[in-house]
Amino acid sequence: MSTPAATYDLGKLYGGLRLPAEKTVSTSLEIQRIPVPDQLVLPLAQHAGEPAHPVVGIGEYVLKGQLLAEPYGSLSAPVHASSSGKVVAIESWPVSRRFGENAPCIVIECDGDDTPVAPSKDMAPYNSLPPNALLKRILQGGIVGLGGAVFPTGQKLMQATTMPLEYLILNGVECEPYISCDDMLMREQAAEVLGGAQILMHALALDACYVVVESDKPDAIMAIGEALAELGDERIVLKQVPTIYPSGGEDQLVQLVTNREVPSGGLPTDVGCVVQNVGTSAAIYRWICEGEPLISRVTTVTGPGVRSPMNVMARIGTTIADVVSFAGGYNEEAEQLIIGGPMCGKSVTTDRVPLVKATNCVLVLTEKPVYGNEQPCIRCGECALVCPIQLLPQQLYWYACADNESKLRTYGLTDCIECGCCDLVCPSHIPLTSDFRNAKARFQELADEKARAERARLRFESRNERIANEQQQRERELDEQKAAAKKAGPSAIDEILNRRKNKQQNKDDE
Amino acid sequence: MQFERRDAPFISPTSDVGSIMRHVLYALIPAALAYVWFFGPGFVLNLIIAGIFSVLGEATMLHLRGKPVDSTLADYSALVTAVLLAFAMPALTPWWVTATAALFGIVFAKHLYGGLGYNLFNPAMAGYVMALVAFPMHMNLWTAPRMGDIDYQLLTFAETAQFTFTGTFPDYLSFDAISRATPLDVVKAGLNNMQTFDELRAYPIMGDFGGRGWEWIGNFIAIGGFWLLLKKIIRWQIPLGVLAGILIPSGLMYFLVPGVNPSPGFHLFTGGTILCAFFIATDPVSAATSNKGRLFYGFGIGFLIYAIREWGSYADGVAFAVLLMNMAVPAIDYVTRPRIVGHVKTQNGDGG
Repeated sequence: MSTPAATYDLGKLYGGLRLPAEKTVSTSLEIQRIPVPDQLVLPLAQHAGEPAHPVVGIGEYVLKGQLLAEPYGSLSAPVHASSSGKVVAIESWPVSRRFGENAPCIVIECDGDDTPVAPSKDMAPYNSLPPNALLKRILQGGIVGLGGAVFPTGQKLMQATTMPLEYLILNGVECEPYISCDDMLMREQAAEVLGGAQILMHALALDACYVVVESDKPDAIMAIGEALAELGDERIVLKQVPTIYPSGGEDQLVQLVTNREVPSGGLPTDVGCVVQNVGTSAAIYRWICEGEPLISRVTTVTGPGVRSPMNVMARIGTTIADVVSFAGGYNEEAEQLIIGGPMCGKSVTTDRVPLVKATNCVLVLTEKPVYGNEQPCIRCGECALVCPIQLLPQQLYWYACADNESKLRTYGLTDCIECGCCDLVCPSHIPLTSDFRNAKARFQELADEKARAERARLRFESRNERIANEQQQRERELDEQKAAAKKAGPSAIDEILNRRKNKQQNKDDE
Repeated sequence: MQFERRDAPFISPTSDVGSIMRHVLYALIPAALAYVWFFGPGFVLNLIIAGIFSVLGEATMLHLRGKPVDSTLADYSALVTAVLLAFAMPALTPWWVTATAALFGIVFAKHLYGGLGYNLFNPAMAGYVMALVAFPMHMNLWTAPRMGDIDYQLLTFAETAQFTFTGTFPDYLSFDAISRATPLDVVKAGLNNMQTFDELRAYPIMGDFGGRGWEWIGNFIAIGGFWLLLKKIIRWQIPLGVLAGILIPSGLMYFLVPGVNPSPGFHLFTGGTILCAFFIATDPVSAATSNKGRLFYGFGIGFLIYAIREWGSYADGVAFAVLLMNMAVPAIDYVTRPRIVGHVKTQNGDGG
């Protein structure tokens, strides 16, 4: 059977790299379900915004799917219990986040029964709901972008409805090496992915959807193609794209599929597109059609440091230690634990961290990182050739070393997507991406400092104003008193003077 | 289990500066052999002297600057400078001229600017120009190329070494019998004497397109250059720019004012044109860095080579052209920044 619906009608993507895929090591088995662990650790912040607020207390018994914490602030998402058990602690726990090492988590001791909450009553079919109600419902499912950005999906969609839209794009590109969770999800749950697409189209009042898959996933392409044929929804089109890293980045995908550039600092909705990860789409389907909030996900456990690489269906909150031991544990050469892929992932120092909604991959590498062999930049320009944003990393590096803020802005530091391509081609082994990340953090610090100084200035000014006002007030009162005394005549003045004298005497006596 | 902390990406880079420079050295082997075949063993002596003094200069400067010596020497950049210098020097050059040029290039043009990566000028060309300006008498002793039809005299290694180290020949050799003007000199002088280019082409030192011998060395340099292109050690923009910069004006002049102008083929296959296009102008450190900038940079070098040959007082202009364009690099880099994706046009605003 030939590969269905291979479309190569593509826009221009600059730069990028063909990386060794390393994916087949984890795709030989079907997705394996990890049994309920003894303990679940659920961070309150598994999304881009503020941490959610707990609505359960310590010692409380919770059911699978029960709401544990409700969103707080505009970019927050709820957290649900991944299994039944007792809340034993709400405390600081090591997590894998972009900033900071520890974060508040709800710790549940599971009873192993996995008792679910009573199914919700309002399970009306999605297409009977008005789009607005559907969006609100998606918001309540704790669903966030599963591709890694973890932007709460409900808010993302609500923002999108304020813009003129043309396409829904389902991202099944998964361009980083090693990661294969979206590939496996599409192979095994293609119907859910497409079901999610239909829900999303309804919620956004859209009638065009691309499901975009990289050419190195023929099985996923086949599965989606077959599911599509069965579904018979002509609004959904399967699109195959060449295997180039980082074509799975949101803006890069839009560029590749529609030949439209997302403006600097903007969103895909600025060019009429909404991008959702295929995993997110399946999660939406399960929540809207089956009533299961986001309490589990497919994650790739792989790398040369893992005994049996595979894809697992794990409950959110399972610790990485449990996940890895399910995959056979570490082998002797395990050196480095990474949450995410080898290009954009984050290394963690301990496997006590929990698997969260964003965890698409647990990667264990064996290579010892080599430090300190950085050589001077020879301006070979290879970095500029691979930059998908057409930046000049060699120049940015120069200005980052000099901490030249205005030059860094002119050369587009804030446009850098930190894909890591420049690092890989640098013959001088300069950690460019890391340097740029630090420079961006300094930008942020600078901005924070400015804001702090501004606040201090305002405080100081208002204090001066207050003191001046009080002074004026006092003078006015004194004048009034004087005037009143004058009016009352000399006897009153004598009385006042006597009173003051007495007061003085009293003070001296003490 | 506990692990070490590191920043993404976690995949190691595949190339390194040392291997790039080694590739450049390998790519010059065919041309070096051709050079020795046509012009005798002088090249080997130049190479040894330039190599010794470049590496010594590099090591001394690294030591003085408190930098790691062994690991930095392993980037082979000093040897590349030495090889390019050896290609540029006449086959008969007193050792102290070559040594001074090598030391000047490494110490002044490279390390006083901060070492590899920070040098504004191409060290080999800076060294060459310094020697050319300071010791003009010692920089034009070219031997006759090996060829069948005139009485060329190929020197032995011993004879060459005697000249290189003492400045004299054995009694049985006369200076005039050995040394020859280069084809570029001959054409320049001849055209000034109202001879036509076609008359000059008939001289025995001329080959099919350029100078005899030179054109073959050019071919071998080009082979190495194409290999570097294939290996993606160099990119096509600078070589194309240089060749276009020299072929377009020389072609126009040759066809518009025939007779008194050398052919584009002569420009291409004589002197240092091809070496410059593939090996000298492509030194990344002192070149422009964006793709568009590299085209301009290359074209500028090519055009300046042509201009110096045509209107200047030096026979060849490769070194001057490269140094002049080195100076223009910061400006070229600034005006040729690519448009950043997501921006309508190139961002402006100089800032600091």
